[in-house]
Formats: sequence, structure tokens, C-alpha cells
Amino acid sequence: MTTEAPDQAARHDPVYDRLHESSEFAELRKRYRGFVIPATVAFLAWYLLYVAMSNWAGDFMAIKVAGNINVALIFGLLQFVTTFGLAFMYSRYSNAKLDPLARNLEQAYRDQAGTTGKRGQA
Amino acid sequence: MSDQFLTTFLFLSVVALTVGITFWASRQTKTATDFYSGGRSFSGFQNGLAIGGDYMSAASFLGISGAIAVYGYDGFLYSIGFLVAWLVALLLVAEMLRNAGRYTMADQLAFRMNQRKVRTAASVSTVVVSIFYLLAQMVGAGTLVALLLGVDSEAIKNITIVGVGILMIFYVVVGGMKGTTYVQIVKAVLLMLGSALIVLLVLAEFNFNLSSLLGAAAENSGKGDAFLQPGLQYGSTLTSQIDFLSLGLALVLGTAGLPHILIRFYTVPTARDARKSVLWAIGLIGAFYLMTLVLGFGAAALLDREAVDPAVGGNQNLASPLLAEAVGGGAGSTGGAVLLALIAAVAFATILAVVAGLTLASSSSVAHDLYKGVLKKDQEVSEKDEVRVARIAAFAIGAIAIVLSIPAQRLNIAFLVALAFAVAASANLPAIIYNMFWRRFNTRGATWSIYGGLVSAVGLVLVSPVMSSLPTSMFPDADFAIFPLNNPGIVSIPLGFLLGYIGTITSREPSAEERFTELEVRALTGAGAEGATHH
Repeated sequence: MTTEAPDQAARHDPVYDRLHESSEFAELRKRYRGFVIPATVAFLAWYLLYVAMSNWAGDFMAIKVAGNINVALIFGLLQFVTTFGLAFMYSRYSNAKLDPLARNLEQAYRDQAGTTGKRGQA
Repeated sequence: MSDQFLTTFLFLSVVALTVGITFWASRQTKTATDFYSGGRSFSGFQNGLAIGGDYMSAASFLGISGAIAVYGYDGFLYSIGFLVAWLVALLLVAEMLRNAGRYTMADQLAFRMNQRKVRTAASVSTVVVSIFYLLAQMVGAGTLVALLLGVDSEAIKNITIVGVGILMIFYVVVGGMKGTTYVQIVKAVLLMLGSALIVLLVLAEFNFNLSSLLGAAAENSGKGDAFLQPGLQYGSTLTSQIDFLSLGLALVLGTAGLPHILIRFYTVPTARDARKSVLWAIGLIGAFYLMTLVLGFGAAALLDREAVDPAVGGNQNLASPLLAEAVGGGAGSTGGAVLLALIAAVAFATILAVVAGLTLASSSSVAHDLYKGVLKKDQEVSEKDEVRVARIAAFAIGAIAIVLSIPAQRLNIAFLVALAFAVAASANLPAIIYNMFWRRFNTRGATWSIYGGLVSAVGLVLVSPVMSSLPTSMFPDADFAIFPLNNPGIVSIPLGFLLGYIGTITSREPSAEERFTELEVRALTGAGAEGATHH
């Protein structure tokens, strides 16, 4: 085990500690992670399934569904649909569930930062 | 009016337009924040367009449509990886990076770590990724111009590379982020309109029936239904299948680690605007990749195989321009000549916008991370001084890119882009993700993952069939290919994450853990984040 020399810890505004311990921040982090972690696992799995099927399920991908449109094309286009859909869902979710909490906390920071020393300036 | 005159006229119009924009933007570029991030005053929509302009490269426009024209369905796999990748940026990176950083990718690491070490590592990786990507674009520009002029001359290619290099230095040195952003916005609009026009004309030839377009493509390709199925390009050996999986991983995980994309998130006032810009970008980029599908299969259906298939002497990078000529009325017709010149000029604008973004990202990192953060660590560096160094760095990087591009013309463009993605995914993404989600993460973890991912990705390519052992290799007569895959991602990406983990757990850095509290609050709420500047 080695220990790195502190380099950045010089400036620390205690207001961040208070905000970090607030129940509102815990809720914001829970909601954020509760959405993005399962969503990331899901879209990566769905994408890798597509890559794997292209590699190892050629016969299935070749089945024609309508005219010359086969399963491979539909599967590929579904990746577009799920990407657009998930982006839209995340946007709705953020606006409704994340932004209000983030705004409150940011306002609390503005109110408190002045009273405990200099404003954070990275 | 000759075709070459028209082509030259449109190329020069693109150049004149972008040069004019740059001069106009230069009058509004005064502070370091203006230079690096356009004063953080772009709207989400503007930045979304600019992200599209930064991301949709010549490799996408010419390369993917060409790959579909030649290999059919397999070319489409690039489009899907390049698009799905944006979800990583949207969900995990864009907003938190906007809140936690200032000008460069390294900022959010330096926030809580030994800034000298992490800035050096991040800057090295930024410059390496950007140079690989720059080489691809500049080599592409040389090929494009030489083929449009109808002369396969080394001199024309080299002159084009030097010209593109001078232009990109000019955009960055004079216009900074503001000039670069407007160039990218103009390019995105031109590219979308130009592509949409050709797509409509192609679909009209087939009465807007996708199935008959696909049928004609399959028939004209000479490969039948196999043309519409996966497997033509990547084959069916286990090695080629794993290679394909490796490519797929690099594509989906690389985007959110590309420095020239990351710095775009700093150009908007808030994290919410960063989110909006990614949403616009996803819509735009998704629509564009759907169009490349029609362009590629359209080229397969309507062009002679001799024109596009390298196996019979064609050039796949010319599929889109030649398709434009065909749907405009064919070679020799006025409509054909106009559309060919138009699409070629759009492709040229595409290249210019991307190289400007890459030059800006790497010169920003050299000035802000290496010069200010590392070399002048304890001294106060004035904003004026920092921006002056960034401009000098833009000159230096531009010059290096020009010098390297000339021998790099022997390399495959798609490969250079895939390598840039693999390095970004292996070196940058692990550090970015760990830093935002893992309190324990520290300086050693960050430097190990960045250097480890970088060295393993580049090193594996050096000992792959790309460099030796095959007739298509850079050194076909030598054989030092001990790694069987062309794409290193399947090894180097997990290695980047693993080294970040091992480096972290074998060292203790209490200050990094302590400062994580502040980083996390700032990243999720925007408390204390850098605001927009107003003029």
C-alpha cells in the first residue's frame, strides 16, 4: 500500500458535506442510480445479444419476414427504436424525478455557500 | 461549365463560408472560457447539432455507406454501434462531466486526485486518440479530392492533406471553440440536407418501397440473399467472429471516451442543457445512420460493382458521391454533375468540421492540462498566457498530423477510426466511470487504467494482422502477428477496467475519497459548477 500525496484537498467547502448527508441528496442519488444502472445493463445486454446473434444465429437472422425484409434488418432497426425510446424515457424521468431535487440542492448550496467561506471555484 | 469547375467552386464555397464564420467568431473570443468552451453559452439544440457535426465523420458518411454498398448488411453493424454508444454518454457521462469539469476530460479526475499525474495521463491519451482520428480524416480527405479530380496522384493527395491541416489550424487558432462549433453546426445542417436529398431520390427510384430497394441491391451485388444477412465481411471463422465482437465492444464503449466529444459538453450553461444536447444529437445521428442504410443499399442497387467494390477495382469510399451522380441523371448529365459536386462538397465540409474538433480537443488538453496543470503547477498562469499556449499547441498538433498523414495513407481509414474508439474505450472510459461512481478510486487507479488501456490497445494492434503477416498488412512480408485479432477492444477494455481496480485497491488516498463527497454533490446537482459567461 502506498499513499498519494494530497494535492487537491486544499480547498474544501463544508457545505458539500452537509448537502451530501441530507436525505434529499440520498434520494437524488438513489433515483439517479436506480435508473441509469439497470438501464445501462439492459441496453448493453440487448446490444451484445444483437452482436452475438449476427455472429452465431445466421439462420435465424436470415428468415424473411416481409418481402426482402429479414429478421436481421428488423433486429438492427429495433436497436434504433430502443435507443430512441430509452433516451426519451430518461429525459422524461430526469425532468420529473431528478431535476426538481437537483434544483433544490443547488439552491441550498447557493444559500449556504456564502455563509461558510468562499464560493467553490475549481 | 465543366464538372471540375463546379466541384472546385463548391469546395471553395465551403472553405469561404467556414473561414468567414471563423473570423466572425474570433471577435467574440476573448477569455479562456471563450476559447475552450465558447463561453458555455450555446443552447442544447445548437450543441446537439454541433455534436452531430463533430461525430458524423467522413468515416461515417463515406465509409459506412461504402461498406454497406460492398458488404451489404455487415456495414450496417457500424451504424448501430455508433448510435447505441450515445446511451453511455447520455446516462453516465454528459451531465456529470459538465458539472464536475471545466475545459478538458482531465478536469474531473484532477478534481480529487494528484493533478500532475492524472492530467499528464489524460493529456497523453487525449492526444493519442485525437491523432489517430485526425489521420483517418486527413487521409480520407486526400483520397476524396484526388478521386473527384479524377487523378490518382500522390501530389494531389499530399496537397489536400496540407491544405486541410492548414484550415483546421486556422479554425482553432482564430475561432477557438466558438468558431469550431459554428463550423460543426453548418456542417451538420449541410450533411443532413444533402443526405436527405439523395435518400429521397433513391427511394423515389423504388417507389418508396424498401423491400424492392433491398431486392435490387441483393440482385445487383451478385451475392443474392446473403447480401442482406450478417457475415459477408466478417466471415464465419471463430477468430473473425470474436474480432467482430471486439469491434462491437469498442464502438459502443468508445464514444463516451472520445475527448473531442467530451469537451462539447462544456459549451452549454448547465447539465440540463448538456442532457438536451445529447438528446438532440441522438435524434440527429440516429436519423443520419438510417439514411446511410438507404445510401449504402441504394449504391449497391444502382451502381456498377466495378465502381464501388474493391475486389473488382472499385473504391468503396466513393459510393455516396457516385450514387448522387447516378440519381441526379447519371454520368455526363448536368443533374448528375451538380449532385456529385454537392455531395463531394458536403463530404469535404464533414471532414473539416471533425478535424477542427479534434485539433481543439488536443490543443486544449496540452495547454490546460500539461502546460497550466503540470509544467506551471505552482505558478499563476494568466488566461492570456494559457490561450496563447493552446494556439501554439494547435499549430504543433496540426503540423504533426500533416507529417504523419502522408505515410499513413497506406492505412485503412475505417481501421484508424476503430483504433481511436478502442483506445478511448480502454483508456478513458474506465477512468471516467470509476471516478464518478466509486469513492475509493484514486490517482494510481486512474493512471494505471489510462496508461494500461492505452498501451494495451495500441500494443495489441502492433502485433496484430493489421501490421504484419497478411497481404493486406502494413508490412506484408514480415510476420510478428502474435495477436490474432484486428480489433484489440475485447482484451484492452476489460484490462483498462481491471488495472483501474487493481491500482486503486493497492494504494490509499484519503484526500481523493474525501473530495469525492464534493465531486458527487457537484456532479449530481450542479452546485458550484462553472456557469456561462456573458458578453
